Amino acid sequence: MKSLKKWCAALGAVMWTCAASADITVGVVVSATGPAASLGIPEKNTIALLPTTIAGEKVNYIVLDDASDTTTAVKNTRKLIAEDKVDIVIGSTTTPNSLAMIDVVAEAETPMISMAASARIVDAANPKTKWVFKTPQNDIQMSTAIVEHMINQGVKTVAFIGFSDAYGEGWYNEFSKIAEARKLAIVANERYNRADTSVTGQVLKIIAAKPDAVLIAGSGTPAALPQKTLKEKGYKGLIYQTHGVANRDFLRVCGKDCEGTFLPAGPVLVAAQLPDTNPVKKSALEYVNKYEAVHGKGSVSTFGAHAWDAGLLLAHAAPVALKKAKPGTKEFRVALRDALEGVKELAGAHGIFNMSANDHLGLDQRARVMVKIENGDWKLIR
Amino acid sequence: MDLQIALLLAQDGVVSGAIYALLALALVLVFAVTRVVFIPQGEFVAYGALTLASFQMGKIPGTLWLLLALAFVILLVDGPAAWRQGGRGFLLFLAQVVLYPALMAAAVLLGQPHAWPLWAQSLLALALVAPLGPQLYRLVFQPVAEASVLMLLIVAVALHLALVGLGLVFFGAEGSRTPPFSEASWEVGSLVVSGQSLWVLGASAGLIVALYLFFEKTLYGKALRATAMNRIGARLMGISTTFAGKIAFLFAAVIGGASGILIAPITTIYYDTGFLIGLKGFVGAIVGGLASYPVAAAGALLVGLLESFSSFWASAYKEVLVFTLIIPVLLWRSWQSHQVEEEE
Repeated sequence: MKSLKKWCAALGAVMWTCAASADITVGVVVSATGPAASLGIPEKNTIALLPTTIAGEKVNYIVLDDASDTTTAVKNTRKLIAEDKVDIVIGSTTTPNSLAMIDVVAEAETPMISMAASARIVDAANPKTKWVFKTPQNDIQMSTAIVEHMINQGVKTVAFIGFSDAYGEGWYNEFSKIAEARKLAIVANERYNRADTSVTGQVLKIIAAKPDAVLIAGSGTPAALPQKTLKEKGYKGLIYQTHGVANRDFLRVCGKDCEGTFLPAGPVLVAAQLPDTNPVKKSALEYVNKYEAVHGKGSVSTFGAHAWDAGLLLAHAAPVALKKAKPGTKEFRVALRDALEGVKELAGAHGIFNMSANDHLGLDQRARVMVKIENGDWKLIR
Repeated sequence: MDLQIALLLAQDGVVSGAIYALLALALVLVFAVTRVVFIPQGEFVAYGALTLASFQMGKIPGTLWLLLALAFVILLVDGPAAWRQGGRGFLLFLAQVVLYPALMAAAVLLGQPHAWPLWAQSLLALALVAPLGPQLYRLVFQPVAEASVLMLLIVAVALHLALVGLGLVFFGAEGSRTPPFSEASWEVGSLVVSGQSLWVLGASAGLIVALYLFFEKTLYGKALRATAMNRIGARLMGISTTFAGKIAFLFAAVIGGASGILIAPITTIYYDTGFLIGLKGFVGAIVGGLASYPVAAAGALLVGLLESFSSFWASAYKEVLVFTLIIPVLLWRSWQSHQVEEEE
């Protein structure tokens, strides 16, 4: 990294490419390695597809990998702000990393768009989040969709098994709140690690509790293990997954054991199946086509789409801010933040963004659909 | 909990325990012969499983490039000396660093392993992973073979991090599964015994017996045991400690790769799964004081069972319970204190 920067500095002196003062500089922090790599890699790929000029100004993206590590995420953010003088930070992939970065961007008064899910990242009660925006749907929006679907299916008792980390805990908290409010009984609550080779113990306990449905809160391919074990041990009820599994690799690993599974997801996952009247269809398909043109058919995942939406927000807000100040100045960062907060009816890959002072996410019910796995593919439930 | 659940959990625990036992044996072997606490043991598990999975997806596994690159570096480093030595030794050297890698490359690139039967794919995957052991020993550990145990440990940690990083580059972040060797399953009372779990148990037992015979009956095995007991004494008797180290690492790689191929149908393997599996084997090896093979194997089985039962009772604390096992064992060990003391 260091030598890269030296090169960059040397080149920049000659060609004015690295941090020329009139260009918009975007610092990107993603978890391209480590446990969150399956989310971070498509995000990183997506950054390469973002526009390189906005309103006639050149945009430079500086992408740093935080290895799914909170300390590195903070370090990278400081570096981007202090050394590269970025106008905006996009990142990071995971909730813990994004939460840790809030202090840094608030102190430096630099806007940030997170690609992580937790509602706490943009909690309006925290004054520091004035500078923070995010693109993924809140877990609570997704849990509501699941609970509603369960109730419609006549489910009375449900078992929960999730990652023993922030993802699983976060889901359990949101899900149990809504489930309780809707009189859904949670009869088992289990945890496992993403690297576990066996979940037989947890699954036996779940089956012994005889739930009508099981919710598996994991992300990517590790979420396939409980489902395969449930089927192997003869569980016959409904199985729900979260939007964390929405990529092709999950279908590949889970195979026929995942048939009939329900999950909530951003509309981009089933973009082609959306009715033409859906306002998200056009913008979602645009992303899918762009990504698959570069990375091959079926390679698109919903995680990369969060990065795409972050890019859209920026492309939408930057022209407004450019009228007020020059990039690289504090005035520009303030103007950019204000412009982000003023985004209205912007169609992204995951939904329609309507930002306000109290809502730095801006997504509504249009940002989620229920999906069923059928014949090894995602199927929109109408 | 009733008897049936207990039996199911025990079955599950024994199958994972068998894999941990194999890794524990490899760890004890490597430590006894070279004094390296071989942290990257688990990476061979992941490499073996994911190499096989790559064949099945019709991709070229990155392990092939690693094998070729390491062979090339060894050719550069050792080539001149081998050339001067000449004769049979030189031919043998060439067979190792030129012929074998070339054969492997031909098999993978031209042989279309995608269409091969499962057993042939598995053997090819094993043949790709196995030489990584001696190659890594030659390039990473041989230059510092006489260093302190602590330094060797630090080198092992560095190698582990490098191999995990390479694993991500080779195989990507998402996991893979492979089809089972046997789809059959039998009902024994209330238990369902799958063919694959019998494969795991059988292969583990077979490897353990093979290791026993090797150490007891063959000259090389005796040389290895001699090196493990007293390095300087062994060298005085004309046993090459370098050669012993390479053999130990070859075994480590074969055992690791075979474990990976065995469990890939049972669970999803990721580029970084190996570390945790290796660590649990390590807990087993610690129970055996990094010296006793049978105690290490028993310790690994205990880890498997403990893991299985604790995932039933307190799944959130499973890892805590398994790794806490190490504390009383170390206490007990330090009171007894007749583990292999090899600090020079």
